[in-house]
Amino acid sequence: MAKKITLAELGSLFNGMDVEALEGVTIEGDIELEMDTSGGLNPQLAYMLGHETAQIAQHLINISRLMGYPVDQLFGSMAQAAVPGVTRPQELLRSKFEVARMVEWKNPIQEVILGATSADGGSRGNTITLGGENALPYYFDSPMPHRNYITMDVFDMPIGMAKAVKVNYEDVINSPAEWAKKVVKDFNADMVTIHLISTDPNIKDTSAKEAAETVADVLQAVDVPIVIGGSGNPDKDPEVLEKAAEVAEGERVLLASASLNLDYERIAKAANQYGHVVLSWTQLEINAQKELNRKLMKQCNVKREDIIMDPTTAALGYGLDYAYTNMERIRLAGLNGDNELSFPMSSGTTNAWGARESWMVRSPLKEDSDWGPREYRGPIWEIVTGLALALAGNDLFMMMHPGAVAVLKEITQNLHGSLDREAVDISSWVTAEV
Amino acid sequence: MKINSPLEVYKYLPQTNCGECGEATCMAFGSHVIDRSLKLEDCTPLLEDKYKKKYLELSELMAPEIREVTIGMGEHAVTVGGDDVLYRHQLTFFDQPAFALDVWDTMKEAELVERVTFIKDFKKFYVGRFLKLDMIAVRSTSGDPGKFRTAVSKVMETTELPLILCSFDPEVLSAGLEVAAKRRPLLYAATRDNWQAVADLVLEYDVPTVLFAPNDLDTLKSLAGTFLEMGRQDLVLDPGTNPQGKMLRESFENFLKLRRAGIKEGQRDVAFPLMSVPMTAYLTGGDAVSSSYWETVLATVFSVRYGDIMILHSIEPYALLPEMHIRDTIYTDPRTPVKVEPKVYEVGTPGKDSPVIVTTNFALTYYTVESDLASNGINCYLLAADTDGLGVEAAVAGGQLTGKKINDEFKKSDFDFSEKTSHNTIILPGLGARLQGDLEDATGLKVMVGPQDSGQIPPWMDKNWPPGKKV
Repeated sequence: MAKKITLAELGSLFNGMDVEALEGVTIEGDIELEMDTSGGLNPQLAYMLGHETAQIAQHLINISRLMGYPVDQLFGSMAQAAVPGVTRPQELLRSKFEVARMVEWKNPIQEVILGATSADGGSRGNTITLGGENALPYYFDSPMPHRNYITMDVFDMPIGMAKAVKVNYEDVINSPAEWAKKVVKDFNADMVTIHLISTDPNIKDTSAKEAAETVADVLQAVDVPIVIGGSGNPDKDPEVLEKAAEVAEGERVLLASASLNLDYERIAKAANQYGHVVLSWTQLEINAQKELNRKLMKQCNVKREDIIMDPTTAALGYGLDYAYTNMERIRLAGLNGDNELSFPMSSGTTNAWGARESWMVRSPLKEDSDWGPREYRGPIWEIVTGLALALAGNDLFMMMHPGAVAVLKEITQNLHGSLDREAVDISSWVTAEV
Repeated sequence: MKINSPLEVYKYLPQTNCGECGEATCMAFGSHVIDRSLKLEDCTPLLEDKYKKKYLELSELMAPEIREVTIGMGEHAVTVGGDDVLYRHQLTFFDQPAFALDVWDTMKEAELVERVTFIKDFKKFYVGRFLKLDMIAVRSTSGDPGKFRTAVSKVMETTELPLILCSFDPEVLSAGLEVAAKRRPLLYAATRDNWQAVADLVLEYDVPTVLFAPNDLDTLKSLAGTFLEMGRQDLVLDPGTNPQGKMLRESFENFLKLRRAGIKEGQRDVAFPLMSVPMTAYLTGGDAVSSSYWETVLATVFSVRYGDIMILHSIEPYALLPEMHIRDTIYTDPRTPVKVEPKVYEVGTPGKDSPVIVTTNFALTYYTVESDLASNGINCYLLAADTDGLGVEAAVAGGQLTGKKINDEFKKSDFDFSEKTSHNTIILPGLGARLQGDLEDATGLKVMVGPQDSGQIPPWMDKNWPPGKKV
C-alpha cells in the first residue's frame, strides 16, 4: 500500500512556499484521502487539491462508462436537483438518537395503602396501593409501580345528576348499599366513595350516628376499599367523619377530607385512632397544600403513609388549566425533593359534570356551532378532565359515569404499559378507508 | 432561548432608552423580550445597519428551542412549534397545536365540500373569543395523482385554511403541489423509502415537510439531519402515533424523548414541531362512537405532551369540543391574571328596574356569566365579588363568599340599592343558594336564588323577573 499523507501534512509540507500549481501529480495504487480541513491547509492549496481529485473522479467515471456501468443513472437525481448552493446527500445520514434520563428526580412519592384484608384486621377482599413513583406518570425514566385507580361515587340520598349519569343509577338511588354493589359489579369500580351529603344541616341534617350506619351498610355490601366523604359542611363534617371512622375501624378507609377551613385536627385524630388514611384537601393553592400537609404531620402526628392529597379538580373549560398545573407543580416538587408535597393525589373528577358542555341540551349562545347530542358530550368531558390530571400526576380518580370510568381505565392502563392490545400497522394510515 | 435575563439582552441593545418600542428603558424592553411579550423587531433602531451584527447575534440567541414552522399564507397561516419549556408553568407554551381535519380523494365532490365547509365554520365561544379548527389534511386514498389534484383544487375553492397534502407517493404529492404550492401547504411525508423524491419536491416548491419514521427515532433523526444538510429548516417530525397497547406507550415515550432532547439537551437536529395522528384510533376496528372517543383521548394525551400538529378524523361536536378545550387549557398563558377587578359592572345599559346579579371575580366565571348576559341582551348590574379568584361553588364551600362579604363588596363599590334600583333585590347564583338567609340578614334586602348555570338566566328571568311576577 502506498504511503498515506493527510491534507494537514501536505499543508505543512508546502507551508511558506508560494505554490501556484501542482504539476505532474499522479496517484497510483490504493487511493486513500483523509479530509480534515481543520488542519490549517491554505485555501488556495485546498482548491487545487480539490481540482485534482475532481479530475481523477472524472477519469474514473469515464473508465466506468467504457466498461458498461450505468454511471449516469447513479448521478441522475443529483443532476435533477441542481439547486445552487444546496448539497444533496446521496444517502441518509446515519444517526443514533439518544436522550438522558432525568437525574433530578431523586425523591420517590410516598406509597399509601388503602383498604385492609383480614390478615391486617380488616374485611376487604383486596388492598390498593397508590404512589411510589420516581418520575412523572408513564415516563420512561423509571417504571410507575402502580396503575391509576378509580373510586366511584355513591350518595346517601338521591341527588341531582346530569341525565346521562342518572339513567345508570335510577334503580339504586335510594339504597347506598345496592348502589355500591352496582358500581363494583357492573361498572368495575376499584373502590367506592360513600358521600354522606344528607348530614349537611342545610340539607337533611342526618345525624352522625345514622350516617355511620350507612357506612357500615356499604362496608357490608362490597369488599373493595372505600372512601368516606362528608357533606362539605365544615361545622358538621368533623363529627360525621369521626363516627364514620369509628364504625369502619381497621378497614383503612380514606377519610375525605381534612381542610384548612375546618377542624382538621379532629379528622386527623380519628384517622390515627381507627387506622385510616386522611385526604388532605386544599383549593388550587400549592402553598396551602404544603401548609396543611405540614400541619397534619407535625401538629397532628399523621404518618406519611397515611396521607393522600386532593389539590382540587376544576372541570375542562372551567379552570382545568389551574388544576392541571397545580398538580404538575406539586408532583414535580415532590420528585425534586419537597417532602411536604411527595404524596399520592386524588381528583374529584366528577366535577367535570358541572361544566355546562357536559349536560346542557344545547349551547346557550346563539353564535356557537351545534354542540351535538349531550349523552356523548358528558362522559367525554369527564374522561378528558381526568386524563389531563392523570398526565399531571394524579393517582386516584373519583368518578360517576360508567362509560367514562371504562375509557379512563383503558387509556391510563395503556399508558402505564400494563395492558396488551393488538399492535396496529400505522405505516399506511394515509390510505385507510375509514 | 439561550439567554434568559434582561441584562443579557440589554448588552445587545442600543442602550439609548429612546422609547420607540413603547417602553421607557432598554432594560424594560429586554424583560419583555425575555417573556416574549415583545419582539426584537419592536426595537426599530436595532434594525438599522450599524446594529445589524448585534441584531443577528441576539436573534440567534433568542430563537425558541423548538423551531417555528409556518404553514399556509396570509391571515389563515398557522405557526407551530416555538416552545422553550417542558412544563407550562415555567413560562407558557407558545403556538397551540394546529388541528387538521381530514378529507380524502375518493369522496364524492358534494360530500367533500360539505365536510370542508363544516370544518371551516365550526366554532365555539369561550372567554371572549371563538375556538376554531385550523387546517385541512387531504389524504390520497386512491393513489391516483389526477384524483388527488382534483380533490386538492376542490378544497382550495371551498376554504382558505392551510392544507396538509398526505401521500407517500411523490407523484401524487407532486400533483397536489402543482395546484397548491402557492398556498404553502405542508407535505406529508418523507420517509426512509421516498425521501429523495420528496426532497426534490420540497426543494423545487420550497414548502415545509413532515418526516415520518414510525417507531424509529434513529431513522427520524437521520431524516432530519439529511434535510437539514439540504438547508431545509421547515420540518415537522412524526414519530408515529400507535393507537393502543404497549405500542401506544412507546409512541408516548417517543414524544417525551424528542421534546426533552430538543429543549433540555439542545439537540438542534430534532428540535422541530411534532406531529401526532390521533386518527389512527380508527385503525383499531371499533364502532364509530368508540373510535371517535378514542381519537379524542389520543388527541388529549398528545395535546398535553408535546404534539404540535394533529390530524383528526371525527367531526362530531362531542369530539371537537373537548379537543379544542384541552389544547386551550394547556396553551393558555398561565401568567395572565386569574381575576378581574372586584366591583359592580354594568352589562348593557341597566336602569332602575334591571336586576342586580352576584358572581365572583374568578376571570373564567366572570366572563362566562358576562357573555351569557350580554349575548342574550340582558341589561343588569353584575357584582364580581372578591373571592381571591375562586368560582362560586368553591368560594361558598371555602368561606370566601359569604353574606357579609357580598354586602361589603356592594358598599365598597358605593352601590346604593335604594338609589340605583326600584326593587331592592339581589340575585344570588344557584350554586350559592345556601347564602340566601345569611345575605338577607347582612343587607336587609330581598334575596332571590338564580339558576345554577348562568346559561339558564334568560328562561329564569322570563319566569321570575321582575320580582313578584305572576306566572
